Amino acid sequence: MNKKYKSIKLNKACIALSLIIIIGINTSCDLDETQEVATLTNIVMQDEFNVDGAPNPSMWTYDIGDGSDQGIPGWGNEELQYYTDRPENVVVENGMLVITAREESFENSSYTSARITTQNLFEQQYGRFEARIRLPLGKGLWPAFWLLGNDCDQNPWPNCGEIDIMEYLGDEPTVVFGSVHGPGYNGGDSVSKDYELENNRFDTEFHIFGIEWSPNRINYYVDDVLYQSLTPESIADEAEESIADSDLDNAGEWVFNRPFYIIMNIAVGGNLPGPPNAETVFPQRMFVDYVRVYN
Amino acid sequence: MMKNFKITKYTFLLIVALIATIGCERDLTDEVVPATFPNTPDIFTDAPVGLTDEFFDSFDPALGANTQGFGTDENEAFEGNVSIRIDVPGPNDPDGTFIGGIFKDRGEGRNLTQYDALTFYAKGSITAAIGTVGFGVDFEDGNFPASRNNIQLTTGWKKYIIPIPNASKLVQEKGMFLFSAGSYDVLQDDNPFDGDSFSDNIGFTFWLDEIRFETLGTNLTTGAQILGAQDQTVEAFTGSEIEIPNCTQSFSLGSGENITLDVAPAYFDYNVNPSVAQVVDGVVIVGQEGATTITATIDNVLAQGSLEVISNGAFPVPDDPTQPQNEVISIFSDFYTNAVNPNFTPGFGGSTTIATIQQISGNNVAEYANNNFTGINFDNSPVDASAMDFMNVDILVPNDVTSIEFQIRDIGANQMLETNQFTGFPEGDDADYRFTPTNLTPGQWNRVPIPLAGSLATQRDNIGAIILVGGPNFILDNIYFYID
Repeated sequence: MNKKYKSIKLNKACIALSLIIIIGINTSCDLDETQEVATLTNIVMQDEFNVDGAPNPSMWTYDIGDGSDQGIPGWGNEELQYYTDRPENVVVENGMLVITAREESFENSSYTSARITTQNLFEQQYGRFEARIRLPLGKGLWPAFWLLGNDCDQNPWPNCGEIDIMEYLGDEPTVVFGSVHGPGYNGGDSVSKDYELENNRFDTEFHIFGIEWSPNRINYYVDDVLYQSLTPESIADEAEESIADSDLDNAGEWVFNRPFYIIMNIAVGGNLPGPPNAETVFPQRMFVDYVRVYN
Repeated sequence: MMKNFKITKYTFLLIVALIATIGCERDLTDEVVPATFPNTPDIFTDAPVGLTDEFFDSFDPALGANTQGFGTDENEAFEGNVSIRIDVPGPNDPDGTFIGGIFKDRGEGRNLTQYDALTFYAKGSITAAIGTVGFGVDFEDGNFPASRNNIQLTTGWKKYIIPIPNASKLVQEKGMFLFSAGSYDVLQDDNPFDGDSFSDNIGFTFWLDEIRFETLGTNLTTGAQILGAQDQTVEAFTGSEIEIPNCTQSFSLGSGENITLDVAPAYFDYNVNPSVAQVVDGVVIVGQEGATTITATIDNVLAQGSLEVISNGAFPVPDDPTQPQNEVISIFSDFYTNAVNPNFTPGFGGSTTIATIQQISGNNVAEYANNNFTGINFDNSPVDASAMDFMNVDILVPNDVTSIEFQIRDIGANQMLETNQFTGFPEGDDADYRFTPTNLTPGQWNRVPIPLAGSLATQRDNIGAIILVGGPNFILDNIYFYID
């Protein structure tokens, strides 16, 4: 029923009530802020990116190309970028590691970017892995801070396991997600959870992304908020259907019991984010203030 | 390239006022407590919050705004019990073919500096779009309109965000909300020049709820423009005021959606040489002789587009005419006694002209802006110029591409202006002579004698109008007929 509004009255009681509710919410927020998200404090690896130039070669190596050499063109996801080790794509400057995704014709690809790893340089089983990162913006950008099992050559993915500490899609600037991939729960069926930032964005400020990983548990946190805790039981629970549908004998197995190495990259396009669109501005950069590992 | 200039106000006073204002600011002491206004965020929840008794203040019905379709609805709400219901009229509605207006703060305005967005929920009866939604318009002298166009509705409730361009400017804002909506174009074929193209359009209904200002923290400015991203140049005189049109600001919202708002120039901060020009409330006020390029920033983003202002210094006054009064029939001059009381705004159909009489140092001039055609009508008091040989006109043009045709019209014995509406030529007993001055020097007065030649050689006893074609921007003075 459409009718004209007649009188206007300010309901003071209502305002008072809403004030109380607001105070209530604030109090519960305070509680959240004091929660303990990580317990390990003994640093065993750190790069503060304080020396300008190429990333420290004793810590970092590069995945180069479009994945063809590795037998997975498009890196298994139909990604569009060609990874290089050029300073145009990866460099340390002003106290930051800077990974830059560019739109340019290069080796039959339309985009370039970089993917650096600690494979064979730093690999660790369990511990706390953390990085402080500012992320890029735009449809088609898919940066990540993640871990891969160090025996994927003998034990092909997903059996070697993948722990995605932070993934992000450039057209959702307030959301990151943390995931694990293993046998019977991988790709689109990985066990994953979003974390949405309230009143802030991931592309305008630095945020801390981390996991604390122990024999039967991986806890995911952003800044001071623990948002996901994965265990063999929770994987069996959350991936129940895909595990049941899997042909693998070891479907559902908890494979996070071997050393993993660190990867940081920006992918462009691919199955998950889709390609960049006309609104995507290049170049786009991911700034990493530090990477620290504790046990 | 030089562009139009426009003198809307001529004032030394304004600059003096500015200096005085700056002086005041410098004098502020700790004891001075600036007035603050309420920061109430809500505009409509289940009822209007702190709005005027009218609640809905419609656009002018004379311009087609339909005032009938606005109300509240107790059967629809995103939250609570009541929403705003707007019935958008169809293209043939006799009560008006669009609906729109504002909600206005009932007090002296609100302090919105802590917020970064206007938000609301909306749903449509069909998946039509709301033409414009925004805030900052108060139907008074508000300087801070901002609006988002083409708000695509869904048939379920959805939240919409209109970022505040630069909230630090909104210390006392009365314009809380604005919307404007027209019928849904089913065939997507609307053409303003083809009335039939609207025949497929239909009215629709949309609902609004939970309208408020919020602090989201998730709006990112990704770009901005002034002057539609063009680099333009204007020449003007001290005291001229120049508008800065086509200002936009683009945002990435927290949802990842990219949107662009039309925003008032007053939201920007300007970089400018203050001796040549200042920008006050988004309007350029031209200062002393010199040149400066004005650029603008908003939210630390440099806007595309710039305005080079070349100040030619003080506005020149034309030289005094030299003919004696008894050899002159004057139409518009401060030097002579005028024979007629001319009408500078005859209201010709299709005219886009803005004509204003400005007084500068005690001298009146006629300023024309955006002229396609208009006339100086002697208001049914034609003059007998049989004894006269020339018409004098003093002309000031902003640039060397300005070209104005003067059509001196004798309206004949019936003393009626008669023009063929298709050709523009005189009809009936009318006659005219047409003359386009050439080689006008920009930035200074050009004294132009126009012979009373052509048809006027034999018929000039009932001169009743001077038609002005083209320009489009120029200033005239000392229009009179004289004996050579």
